[in-house]
Amino acid sequence: MAEFDLNSDSVRDLNQFLHDTSTGKSTVTNPGGRHCIACGIDAPLQVSVEGHVGYYCAGMNKTADITITGNAGPGVAENLMSGSVRVRGNASQYAGASGHGGTLIIEGDASARCGISMKGVDIVVAGNVGHMSAFMAQTGRLVVCGDAGDFLGDSIYEAQIYVRGKVGDLGADCIEKEMTAEHVKELAGLLASTGVDAVAGEFRRYGSARKLYNFDIDHADDY
Amino acid sequence: MCGIVGIYLKNEALNPDLGKLLAAMLIEMSDRGPDSAGIALYRDPVAESHCKLTLYSADKFEWGLLQTEMAAQLNVDVKLDVRGSHAILIAAIDVTSVEAWLKVRYPELRVMSAGSAIEIYKEKGLPREFVEQFKLHELNGTHALGHTRMATESAVTTEHSHPFSTGMDLCLVHNGSLSNHNWLRRRLRDEGVDIQTDNDSEVAAGYLMWRLREGDSLEEALQRALKDLDGFYTFAIGTKDGFAVLRDPIACKPAVMAETDDWVAMASEFRAIAQLPGAENAAIWEPSPATVYTWGH
Repeated sequence: MAEFDLNSDSVRDLNQFLHDTSTGKSTVTNPGGRHCIACGIDAPLQVSVEGHVGYYCAGMNKTADITITGNAGPGVAENLMSGSVRVRGNASQYAGASGHGGTLIIEGDASARCGISMKGVDIVVAGNVGHMSAFMAQTGRLVVCGDAGDFLGDSIYEAQIYVRGKVGDLGADCIEKEMTAEHVKELAGLLASTGVDAVAGEFRRYGSARKLYNFDIDHADDY
Repeated sequence: MCGIVGIYLKNEALNPDLGKLLAAMLIEMSDRGPDSAGIALYRDPVAESHCKLTLYSADKFEWGLLQTEMAAQLNVDVKLDVRGSHAILIAAIDVTSVEAWLKVRYPELRVMSAGSAIEIYKEKGLPREFVEQFKLHELNGTHALGHTRMATESAVTTEHSHPFSTGMDLCLVHNGSLSNHNWLRRRLRDEGVDIQTDNDSEVAAGYLMWRLREGDSLEEALQRALKDLDGFYTFAIGTKDGFAVLRDPIACKPAVMAETDDWVAMASEFRAIAQLPGAENAAIWEPSPATVYTWGH
């Protein structure tokens, strides 16, 4: 197992090592809120970051499983491609932004714009999410076990949103949809796979009314 | 982009180290603001009969001469402590009299702050250079704010640097940019608020000064600011007894807060807070949008 102490090792050396490695476990201590820790990994590694991280931790990750035992700054797991990223604490704004695949699990709260422009990633938040979450979300699933802030799913495309708690004002073109048995089953599977303890049947489902992103000829004169 | 830091000491035993702690936080925010750096620090409050001002001279200045002249002409005790391009003036007289005298005799000097405890230092250049130039490690105090600036809206000069004074013992630092500052500046000047530069953050400081003058509490002034200020901002506002934090409703500009038994701190990023003793075990949270947070003694 490789060990990096960021009080003495540089983030650049850490990331270079992770890019040059094809398998195995790595531990990172004393992250001290530094930026871009464990970014751009393209191998099935296991990385454990013990402490609080700054901007863009685990960004662009492919196939690796990364755990952050602490809080994450803005843009954690942004553009996640595959693999998993688990934040044991809270995450700051735009967690999982534009993620294409893989799973982001946040065991605490996520703040504003969680899952903005998500494109296939699954994001499971055990706590609450802030305002403008899933803004312009295209595909993938955002699961919120707590409450969601205002303007949830604004300008949403075909992503699915599940919220167990209260939802503030819904964003433009985002509506509540029927939670069918099929959806409960699908959500239960996702919750089980992420180890987040919640009952799928208690969630409500939100998605696109599909009125905003299709051009409507009757509105042509409005432009 | 800019960097903001703030620290408020709960444990008095740390007071002698305030400057040192602040310096470490400020240097950590260099990437966010390499153009200029500044601090507002609260320490050694003077008696009610006295006032404390921070003066700034852009050019080399004979501070000793000013001290002798002011003492003789106003017939008061005057103490001066020179630090870099700034000097702290303590006089046994009211602020208005001192400012009026300075305006006539030394109009080239700029009053950076006035009150009983506040001292403001700011200068162009990297935070590390600032810290060394103003010997921050020597400074004690109860609480302080700091700012590292990456200029977006106006020029890089000492005058355009933060913190901006917003009244007696009050100051403001800002990360973000205001979009209605020209209109607001005109309105504030009509109200008689003295705004000296074209900087957007100075308008925010002037706005608070105006509201407090009109009788608002700091909390009320900040609530009103949410309606009147358009743009992006995380503000930290220093008061005689503590500090306040406010983020705009969109909250694009980052902010993180932390608290231990010894201190409360805020910063644009956690890495600044990570410099403080015991940060690894602090309670840490992100301030909510459009919410006023305050700490005070």
